[in-house]
Amino acid sequence: MTSAIARRRARLALRYAAATIVTATFVFPIYWLFMTSFKTPEEIFASPPQWYPGSIQFQNFNVLFLDGDAIAVWNSLVTAGISTVIAMFLGTLAAYSLARFKTGGDNLAVWILSQRMMPPIAIVFPVFLLYVWLGWVDSFIGLILLYTAFNLPYVIWMMRGYIGDVPLELEESAQVDGCTRWQVLLKVVFPLVRSGLFATAVFTFVFAWNEFIFALVLTRTEIVTYPVQVTRYFGGQSNFWAKIAAMSVLGTLPIFIAVAMMQRYLVRGISMGAVKG
Amino acid sequence: MTDVTLSGIHKRFGAVHAVRGVDLAIPDGEFTVLVGPSGCGKSTLLRIIAGLEEADAGTVAIGGQVVNHLPPRERNVAMVFQNYALYPHMKVYDNIAFGLRARKVAESEIGERVKRAAGMLSIGNLLDRLPRQLSGGQRQRVAIGRAIVRDARLFLFDEPLSNLDAQLRDDMRSEIKRLHRDLSTTMIYVTHDQIEAMTLADRIVLLRDGRIEQMGAPLDLFERPATRFVAGFLGSPAMNFVPARLSADASVVEVDAAMLAVPAGRRASLAGRGASAVVLGLRPEHMRRFADGEQREGVVRLGVTIELIQPTGSRTYATFRLAGVPVVAELQAHDVNRPNERLDLGVDMNRAVLIDPATDRVL
Repeated sequence: MTSAIARRRARLALRYAAATIVTATFVFPIYWLFMTSFKTPEEIFASPPQWYPGSIQFQNFNVLFLDGDAIAVWNSLVTAGISTVIAMFLGTLAAYSLARFKTGGDNLAVWILSQRMMPPIAIVFPVFLLYVWLGWVDSFIGLILLYTAFNLPYVIWMMRGYIGDVPLELEESAQVDGCTRWQVLLKVVFPLVRSGLFATAVFTFVFAWNEFIFALVLTRTEIVTYPVQVTRYFGGQSNFWAKIAAMSVLGTLPIFIAVAMMQRYLVRGISMGAVKG
Repeated sequence: MTDVTLSGIHKRFGAVHAVRGVDLAIPDGEFTVLVGPSGCGKSTLLRIIAGLEEADAGTVAIGGQVVNHLPPRERNVAMVFQNYALYPHMKVYDNIAFGLRARKVAESEIGERVKRAAGMLSIGNLLDRLPRQLSGGQRQRVAIGRAIVRDARLFLFDEPLSNLDAQLRDDMRSEIKRLHRDLSTTMIYVTHDQIEAMTLADRIVLLRDGRIEQMGAPLDLFERPATRFVAGFLGSPAMNFVPARLSADASVVEVDAAMLAVPAGRRASLAGRGASAVVLGLRPEHMRRFADGEQREGVVRLGVTIELIQPTGSRTYATFRLAGVPVVAELQAHDVNRPNERLDLGVDMNRAVLIDPATDRVL
């Protein structure tokens, strides 16, 4: 009896230890990033390394704002934010059409999704040439359109699944009750797929936020996004670790905030498609 | 005045011809039940009336107005669905109020009407709950409440009781009947359950393969079926069908070695056929134990050996063979006590039906 309890306790302790090690492994780089952003140059290069800064100072962030580099975060917010809104709006409507009116039969949805599978590097130069011709290089509209186009298939595919899970009778009942198609969407369908809507929006936003290849090729000086800006601190002679760390923290914060705010919906949205009933 | 008129309705789903030319006139205030086996087109017909499906041909008129081109919301009908179709994200109150809000009724009036409807259905104490916190019966009440609160001119029910257990189904059936009495709104009710059809309907419309097989008052259909299908569909246990021969002068139906005399009053209409094969249709309740010395016009004596007995308490179902087919008779509880018992039955030939085996029509 006692030995059984002892064994169970030992197993539990082992499990916690393993979980702690795994968590520490993943959290440490983020911890190090945040700490580095608050360190002075001497502390950053100190040997042996200093686990935390002597005092909290914002000099590294100040420099980013004084040099104007911090605008890159704003640029990312604008491109990722607007392209997410457009992709969610168009994609959800398209998904409704696919789910309810069987637009394009069974194959259109798969065809749309296949667009997402194309490696971006394969089209980045044709797009660049096209944008030169259109005068869209280094412009918000260029990046926003491109991100919208890349995210649409994902939004359509995800939302089609969520909408398909809403019982058709609910929509029919609402129609008989006196709703137009738009009212059915706003009052019945959207509230029921809310979790899926938020989960999809977060993933869409994160994709656009982290996108690198297109931003690297299609921006110069005007709308450099934050991932591209970070790479500019890697020099041939030396790396600006203070700036890299501070910029990365600035770039990570919006995602942290978005995920924290949406966590409730995210978990439900991700599991919604998987488990029915 | 809300009469409903369907003329020449056709509906195809791809290769399936679901409704094949239905003409039907439903007078104001009538409780009409569309009944038939699955796939007979009854739900499709209801959905065409609601505007959820479009007829390929024919016209639908509600209250004298052709509504083919109108979307569901402009037809002013209310519908109760099989799976209740309650909005899961709204409380019961908001579910019932939904249709009124969609029609921009003032919030103060909505409160009053929701309370009145909830009172009629005894769900006043559930208004703050979410649908998932309700039992099946309570959900169905809310669904009905959502329909009656709107004062729609026509109520449509699509198998509303089929997800409920037997006891609850009986209760809700009485409730729906009472509701119709109180509201006297025109109601169209779809079911595959013949008991529901018999008990609820002012008029039954029996559908088969997308066509109306027969319509009329419940007892009319039960007692005077036009076809073998109608005769077999209504009644539980179902009517027995036995192969037989009619004599040339139509005086006797010959089954195996037994001769069953046709009542004199029915001979004239049958005489023209000459000697021919017929199917004898006997309802279980039209056979009983023959009492010695009994003399009743049209009741003939038939000796049988009981193969199987099924007591239900108030009645006992006894199965025997006639012309090779099993036949069920509904007897008094103690008329027969064990299998293989010999028994004389009195068969009421006044109520038996004779069917032409070639056309399946009742003679």
